Amino acid sequence: MKKIEIITRPHKLDEVKDALTKLGIKGLSVSEIKGFGRQRGHKEVYRGAEYQVDFVPKVRIEVVVEDDLVRGVLEEVQKVARTGKVGDGKIFVSPIEEVVRIRTGETGDSAI
Amino acid sequence: MNMADNAFILVCAALVMFMTPGLAMFYAGLVRSKNVLGTIMQSFIMLGLVSVLWAVVGYSLAFGTDIGGVIGSLNFAFLNGVGMDTANSPADNLPHMTFMIFQCMFAVITPALITGAFAERMKFGSLMVFSTLWLILVYCPMAHWVWGGGWMGEMGALDFAGGAVVHMSSGAAALAGALCLGRRKGYGKEPILPHNLPMTILGAGILWFGWFGFNAGSALSADGLAANAFVTTQLAAAAAALSWIGVEWMHHGKPTTLGAASGVLAGLVAITPAAGFVGPMSAIVIGLASGVICYLGVLLKSKLGYDDSLDVVGIHGLGGTWGALATGLFASVGATGLFFGNAGQAWIQIISIVATWLFCFVMSYALFKIVDVLFGLRVSPEAEESGLDVSEHSETGYQL
Repeated sequence: MKKIEIITRPHKLDEVKDALTKLGIKGLSVSEIKGFGRQRGHKEVYRGAEYQVDFVPKVRIEVVVEDDLVRGVLEEVQKVARTGKVGDGKIFVSPIEEVVRIRTGETGDSAI
Repeated sequence: MNMADNAFILVCAALVMFMTPGLAMFYAGLVRSKNVLGTIMQSFIMLGLVSVLWAVVGYSLAFGTDIGGVIGSLNFAFLNGVGMDTANSPADNLPHMTFMIFQCMFAVITPALITGAFAERMKFGSLMVFSTLWLILVYCPMAHWVWGGGWMGEMGALDFAGGAVVHMSSGAAALAGALCLGRRKGYGKEPILPHNLPMTILGAGILWFGWFGFNAGSALSADGLAANAFVTTQLAAAAAALSWIGVEWMHHGKPTTLGAASGVLAGLVAITPAAGFVGPMSAIVIGLASGVICYLGVLLKSKLGYDDSLDVVGIHGLGGTWGALATGLFASVGATGLFFGNAGQAWIQIISIVATWLFCFVMSYALFKIVDVLFGLRVSPEAEESGLDVSEHSETGYQL
């Protein structure tokens, strides 16, 4: 099992969600986050004074999937979330040791 | 008494009253969300404080019988002799009470204007003490000098609706305040950004609307002069909005909404002393220049390093000064200025500008220092960090 964290532009959330659903993924978590990458946010100007705003809004989508789904997820998400401009985001993949469904007590792949 | 005039000036007084909550909105949008209520309160409470002070003693000091060209006597204190008819009224077409309450609204907004200079860091109690002293010792003498039979009016200085009395005086006090209170915590190190620009734009709109009462009403009758002041007010504000966004477009690459709103304010301030003395085309020129002058004035703040939080010096101080000077240059209605063959008027305006700045800055500086010694001007660093809404008023503006 792997956890996949997708950090992407807020307006890409729906497309990424649809792509993941099509792959058969049944659950995910979303949070609104702020951060910066190489582009370092943006500039704002008030009455002629410039301010650097470092943190730009992004969304973080977290899903846990079976190992054989990982490649498909990475490909599909890249396809829908890419605009080609700075600030498209990142995908992190990390191993998951165990999953427990609280309601039934199931563990492992069947609990995802 | 002229009933049409009375009706008009009462409505104008109500329009000017609305400027103070409009100013509160304008300022509140420009501060961080943790200071939205504290900033609104600093303007809004002037409707309470100044109205009472004005009735008790302020009106008499400004418009009572002249003493040596310097101050009014106390013959109208507690509104004694200020009645429903025209007896003793400085405007013999208006009930004395109408004139008094119209002037009251000017007195209310002027100390509110100053609060923009020290937004986000001043103690509320100290603000109340300072504003009380400032109204009595700075505003009332200024109003007397210009409109109440004092030396500046006698000298022939032209100030139709308060370029010196309202705008230069608050601008000079703002500079003194910014210097006495020091910069906000984090100023220059972290961005301190406006939290709600739509609120600011709405406030600017309310100010623009109310300004018709301010300037047209200063004709003190429902006549052609009021129409002229109304038209010049509209045109100067419009022109200044265009020139402000024009200059920032060239300087920074984008025209901003805050720039448009600030330009409107700059134009309104600049036309205030001139509104009834210049024609419509002169008003456009005055407005165009004021947008550029005030834009540059605002930039000056970062060069000189003081923290005039909401640019009272740049907009009201410089805009009022330009307007007073421009009145001496462009006057052609009921008076003549330099460009219409009367160089003496420009010289009189310059004297009035220097005297206003000197008197208001020195007095305000002294009052800030006195209040600082007695009560302290600034909230504690913890209070400033948590915001004035919670620390001074135990409220929060937004429950999100």
